[in-house]
Amino acid sequence: MSDASLNTQAPTGEAGFGDYFALLKPRVMSLVVFTALVGLLAAPVAVHPFIAFCSVLFIAVGGGASGALNMWWDADIDEVMKRTASRPIPSGKVAPREAMAIGLTLSVFAVIMLGLAANWMAAGLLAFTIFFYAVIYTMWLKRWTPQNIVIGGAAGAFPPMIGWAVATGGVSLESVLMFLLIFMWTPPHFWALALFMKADYEEAGVPMLTVTHGRKVTRRHILVYTILLAPLAIGTGMTSIGGPIYMTVAVVLNALFLLGAVKIWRRDEDIATVDKYRVEKSFFGLSLMYLFLHFGAILAEAALKPYGLGGW
Amino acid sequence: MGFEKVEHELHKRRSSRNLGVGLVLAAFIAIVFGMTVVKVSRIGDEPAQQQGGN
Repeated sequence: MSDASLNTQAPTGEAGFGDYFALLKPRVMSLVVFTALVGLLAAPVAVHPFIAFCSVLFIAVGGGASGALNMWWDADIDEVMKRTASRPIPSGKVAPREAMAIGLTLSVFAVIMLGLAANWMAAGLLAFTIFFYAVIYTMWLKRWTPQNIVIGGAAGAFPPMIGWAVATGGVSLESVLMFLLIFMWTPPHFWALALFMKADYEEAGVPMLTVTHGRKVTRRHILVYTILLAPLAIGTGMTSIGGPIYMTVAVVLNALFLLGAVKIWRRDEDIATVDKYRVEKSFFGLSLMYLFLHFGAILAEAALKPYGLGGW
Repeated sequence: MGFEKVEHELHKRRSSRNLGVGLVLAAFIAIVFGMTVVKVSRIGDEPAQQQGGN
């Protein structure tokens, strides 16, 4: 990032508390909280409710801290893109250095507190997640490779694994599968967004697949990732975190997701422009439901287990 | 002779920030206290790995 070239507009004085909170990307944080909580509750080891609450909170703070570091580094991109122009730094409410200080401080704070609240395995995974998102993805690969979304997806996929580690103190097949579920889901989700938000990424100069390899290739990539995702999602249902509820949800949603991906693959830009990217937008909407319902089903299986109903 | 106190937009934002930071600090104290109570009350009840921070 080049701080000097950044928005010449000086910060407009005092930022409110909400502006600092916005640095933590609250919407992303809500996904982190949800998936981490599912990972924690699906684990075979019970955690004291207060420790579970604190652990999820610290995971969320860690996720938010990496979001602040991302906003600091990417302020020049955010300024250009319509979707992100109103973020605290490009809008001049928070100075870039403040965002960096908040990001670094909260990162260290969240990792240490998670180590104290739960265990150092979970804390180590959180530290790696923050490093991966802020350094590997944001600073290095995002501006360098069109596979940026694939790599960035890994950072977003860690929270359920951390939640699982909070309970068990380790990593296992189930937590790896939850990681892979988000990891493989991210590319089709974001590439669908990139298809109908094209001007944004092109103007910002981010090498999105749509910009570097064109839309036809992006459509094919969406289909390939969706095909790879389906057996993974259904396979997860055969492990200890799965069960009839999860399996039903997975089969139905993956069939719909595949159908959507095939539709996207068969379309071209002319057809998409005519109906204003209707199929791509509905695929994007479905992708949000896809992740929420898969993890919701894992949660339902875990919640019903004590009553002898969840799981196989 | 007295000066009239003018409430500026800047004061509003500053007080929202002060209040927010104050609440966050209060919540942090409550969390550390709660965690300590839970950890101390469970000493000897569970395997070492679950106690964390050790």
